[in-house]
Amino acid sequence: MVSADENAISHASYDSKIEGNIIFTQVDAAINWMRKNSMWPMPMGLACCAIEMMASACSRFDLSRFGAEVMRFSPRQSDVMIVAGTVSYKMALSVKRIWDQMPEPKYCIAMGACASSGGMFRSYAVLQGIDRLIPVDVYVSGCPPRPEALIEGMMKLQDKIQAEKSTAAQIRPGKAEMSVDIK
Amino acid sequence: MTSEKAANKLKEKFSAAEIVEFRGEYTAIVALDEFRAVIEYCRKDLNFELLLDITSVDQYGEDPRFEVLYELATVDDAAHLRVKVKIAEEVEVPTVTDIWGSADWHEREVYDMMGIKFAGHPNLKRILMWEGYPFHPMRKEFPLEGLPSEMPDVGFSDSAPMADGPFVTCSGGGGSRKAAEPRSRAFTKPEEA
Repeated sequence: MVSADENAISHASYDSKIEGNIIFTQVDAAINWMRKNSMWPMPMGLACCAIEMMASACSRFDLSRFGAEVMRFSPRQSDVMIVAGTVSYKMALSVKRIWDQMPEPKYCIAMGACASSGGMFRSYAVLQGIDRLIPVDVYVSGCPPRPEALIEGMMKLQDKIQAEKSTAAQIRPGKAEMSVDIK
Repeated sequence: MTSEKAANKLKEKFSAAEIVEFRGEYTAIVALDEFRAVIEYCRKDLNFELLLDITSVDQYGEDPRFEVLYELATVDDAAHLRVKVKIAEEVEVPTVTDIWGSADWHEREVYDMMGIKFAGHPNLKRILMWEGYPFHPMRKEFPLEGLPSEMPDVGFSDSAPMADGPFVTCSGGGGSRKAAEPRSRAFTKPEEA
């Protein structure tokens, strides 16, 4: 692009008359902002919690307000696994396998008492909390939790993602490690 | 045909069978060597077309130890007959899959949970737990909390914590039904106790 004024410095691709304002920010803040507002869940519906999870995504509670309405039934396209329900030992390794197929960055919400701790199933057949197999970011209490509680969990996870310093940690290792401050 | 008539006919044919009546339900207790003939008679002559369920009971400490129960029904007039066969440990029961196709999965469940084998079953493998799981969880000696096991890439299990908690009943019943009820006790966290 050639400017009329020979002394003015102009950017080759930016035209302020067409594109409006620029916002200066940090890479981390921008990436986190994009990530947290487009979390595609992997619905791991294993018991009655799945009904509440479905209700969360439906019109009354409308999880799409948080960018998380796109339930992906392929782990390769999803960001957050919502483990909703009782994880039996027979199902446990399948859950782990699906989790392993999800691309990074990935998050896990343990929804309800069973997924968090085995719940009322103190039994030979039930895994006593999905955190024995995969790392859990947010635990949602309830049996089953109401959709509001799951949405609260989603918002907590958004706070957690917003506080991440993943890029800064790569540029200056040790200076800024992953931070998980949740107010 | 009513349940009572069916039970009486069975008793006429097999005099060694014991018929027990409880609140209109009839149970025929038969010996293992007679069992297969009784079952065929029930299907062909008494016309019990429907096998509702096969269950098993572990009478731990008694001899013979196990009971296998067959719930038979007729479709037309809703007659119901229960056939019970008592077997000792390590004794196989003849399969009934050739008479009722639905017996296939029922017998697999009994095998999986109780470890009772069925001679002649076409596909006797586990149905609820994974193949290779070393225990039969419905046996009396198997603890409620489970036992650890490990099969790489197939399955694993662990024992659940059975310490004090709101969902755990008193072992031994606490003396009465009321005392055994978990909500009758105040819940104390383990560190406070």
